[in-house]
Amino acid sequence: MSAPVNHEPVLQRFPEVEWDEEFGTLIVPVAKAAEVATWLRDDESFRLDYCSNVTGIDYLDREFKEKIKNEEGKTETIIHKDPARMEVVYHLYSMEKRTGPLVMRQRLERDKPEAQSLTAVWRSCELQEREIFDLYGVNFSGHPDQRRILMWDEFEGHPMRKDYVEPFDYEWEPTPHDEILEKHQKGKVIF
Amino acid sequence: MTAAAPNYELIQQDGLETSLLEVSMGPHHPSTHGVFRMDVKLDGETVVDLKPVFGYLHRNHEKLAENMSYLASMPFTDRLDYFNSMTNNWAYALAAEQLIEIEIPERAEYLRVIMSELTRLVNHVSLVGFFVNDLGALGTPLLYAFREREKILDLFEQASGARMMCNYFRFGGLRCDVPEGWLDRTREVVDRFPKFLDEYEKLLCENEIILSRTQGVGNLSKELAVSAGITGPMLRASGVNYDIRKVDRYGIYDRFQFQVPYSKGDVGDCYDRFMVRMLEMRESIKILNQALDGIEDGPIMGNAGKVFKPAKAESYGRVEAPKGELGFYLVADGTPKPYRFRVRPPSFINLTVLRDMCIGQQVADAVIILGSIDIVLGEVDR
Repeated sequence: MSAPVNHEPVLQRFPEVEWDEEFGTLIVPVAKAAEVATWLRDDESFRLDYCSNVTGIDYLDREFKEKIKNEEGKTETIIHKDPARMEVVYHLYSMEKRTGPLVMRQRLERDKPEAQSLTAVWRSCELQEREIFDLYGVNFSGHPDQRRILMWDEFEGHPMRKDYVEPFDYEWEPTPHDEILEKHQKGKVIF
Repeated sequence: MTAAAPNYELIQQDGLETSLLEVSMGPHHPSTHGVFRMDVKLDGETVVDLKPVFGYLHRNHEKLAENMSYLASMPFTDRLDYFNSMTNNWAYALAAEQLIEIEIPERAEYLRVIMSELTRLVNHVSLVGFFVNDLGALGTPLLYAFREREKILDLFEQASGARMMCNYFRFGGLRCDVPEGWLDRTREVVDRFPKFLDEYEKLLCENEIILSRTQGVGNLSKELAVSAGITGPMLRASGVNYDIRKVDRYGIYDRFQFQVPYSKGDVGDCYDRFMVRMLEMRESIKILNQALDGIEDGPIMGNAGKVFKPAKAESYGRVEAPKGELGFYLVADGTPKPYRFRVRPPSFINLTVLRDMCIGQQVADAVIILGSIDIVLGEVDR
């Protein structure tokens, strides 16, 4: 494995950035994302010039049960709550220094996911952010060409979301003429 | 979008008004290697703007994988880049093995290297065949390449039971051992391969038509290649010495002596990309010879347990697939299914710069530039 990147200087430079110990990732506030990313790319000690992987994760409201032993020796169930959120994950490497990866996240509201596009910092985000927009419905502000990429343009919904329900028939569309149009206007839909 | 397309609708030429012509190349165009479409805007023969359109083969592989157990997606990874199922298997196994503590037996490690280097030969040899096919050398060079590819596919069939959809790797090792005499047959194929390469190089590398059609076509600068996340032979053709086999040294790649061919210049054209692949095949043969010398008898499967159920964690495993960096990103939440399963497909991300490379070139060159990127639509669309 290539040498890991020390994340401490990022936390010192940007006090808003948090470090998630469990997954080993930087959590960057959306408003600061481009600034932090540019600094990571240009700073001499990091030079993370290569953004390998960009992806989204959708978290619904979830509960985890964990069994632990308390002081009296009895097993107790603790319920951890995992709030609903949307995340955009970036895996950063340095081609110059041959180090990496450093994982960076933007954490977003699930109801209205608004992220900052990093395409201006790393070109490799261009198609991958379009894919996240397509499959997760995350809106990237500042993206040069945000359109659907894998699904067709008329498609409704975002299929990678955890609560996505697929329609009965993708291909079905009302053919608006003659009898069928009349029935359709009356509200009778034929499958 | 760094390269700016000139924004004009009507052109004045010798007092006559002409307009740009919009051509839709594909989705069923022989040069697109699958169902892929390019919306090309032409000023005469010159490409002014280009938009790649894909997704025709999209089957949401990631969603499928999130709804089944970890091991059940192994055969699905074969279908991503159907030329290189062995390296796809390896990338997925590597990501999953990072989630749990597991030791991989020596023989399995050697066989993994042998399989993935054979795959590299298959991919590069057929890519060069298709590339020359795009240039107009119809048939002959491609069939020469396919003749050699067939010999290696026979080896895959003997080992795994399938020519292309091998499904051969498992978490902690391999599905089954190779049959008796397989290593000798492999050695025979590997020993004969350089002779074929000599012949192929003599035919193609100094061919005048190939030189004049590919040199200086589809230029890609070093800075843009790094920033756009280009990986694999295409990156090395642009002058960056970056090979994940050398950087990460996953598996047992630290034991083999081999070199990474890359271009000396700061700009890579189609000829560089073609040559890097030709040279890489020679290096693969070096690795194969060392691996065939070093392999010994032993078990091929580590103790992975019956049910693969990792604790809450995440992992990113990447390998140097023939087309570039193939990565798998897994988020485990303590259940037997992955919570998030993501493929980082090299040919999808290498398409980012297609527009930049094509603008200003002739429309016939756009076909070659696409061919030199080396895409497989099963992987682009997933």
